[in-house]
Amino acid sequence: MGLNRRVGFFAGLKYHGGGPMWAWMLHRVTGLSMILFVGMHIYASFFMQQTGSDAAIFINTVYESWVFQIIVTFIVIFHGLNGLRIAILDIWPQFQTFQREALWLQWFIFIPVYGLTVFILIQRGITGIY
Amino acid sequence: MSSRTVHPGLSFEYIMWIFTRISGIALFLLAAIGVISAFALGARTQVDLPTLVRWTFFPNPNHVVNSNIPDVTLGWATAFWQVMQILIVFFGATHAFNGLRVVSEDFIGQSILRPFLRGLIFLLWLFSMVIAVYVIIFS
Repeated sequence: MGLNRRVGFFAGLKYHGGGPMWAWMLHRVTGLSMILFVGMHIYASFFMQQTGSDAAIFINTVYESWVFQIIVTFIVIFHGLNGLRIAILDIWPQFQTFQREALWLQWFIFIPVYGLTVFILIQRGITGIY
Repeated sequence: MSSRTVHPGLSFEYIMWIFTRISGIALFLLAAIGVISAFALGARTQVDLPTLVRWTFFPNPNHVVNSNIPDVTLGWATAFWQVMQILIVFFGATHAFNGLRVVSEDFIGQSILRPFLRGLIFLLWLFSMVIAVYVIIFS
């Protein structure tokens, strides 16, 4: 396979796949980061409950802070919406003709949903509700 | 390009490809059931927004234990929610570890490490499932 081509990251980004390719890359990055963040949160919660260790409390404090939640909600909402688009296009392949339009539609849904989430997180973070 | 007929055999990759789509949609439905049922249980007056989000992603009473729900065992901790939690963990963990397998096998390619990596990810998946079911049943 083409694993020995030694293409750099920024050279790869400029390959003319465009929007759908960047969505594919972001889908993988967000998926891997969800495994990392949610996995760490699960183990930290387990050890916080069982042993009350300082490291576990620190990890969960970072995870639950509103600044970190802005990153986590981006990852979860993007991965969810992009996965929904992939599933819909795979169930009804005749819509693959409009895959670039589908990606635009996905961003038109993503921006208000994520924007509202960030607005609520910042508002509550600044007013100190949590 | 001339037309061709594709006959996908019922291989492991094909089953997991379909499973990824089904589990993704199933997680959406389970989250919807979680948030709608939370409102039916009185979340509008009993629960704040972060707690509602935590309940949506994992409807475990321990996940909302820090909030001021008056009696969490009444309606919030039943066998129905244990089944829902096991379904969420099963779909979520299998989707996640299969994704990890796909991405890592894309990176290492054909290598002697491949079966070991696949076995390691399978063991991690099995370990998480056993621990998750234990925690859900006995919490």
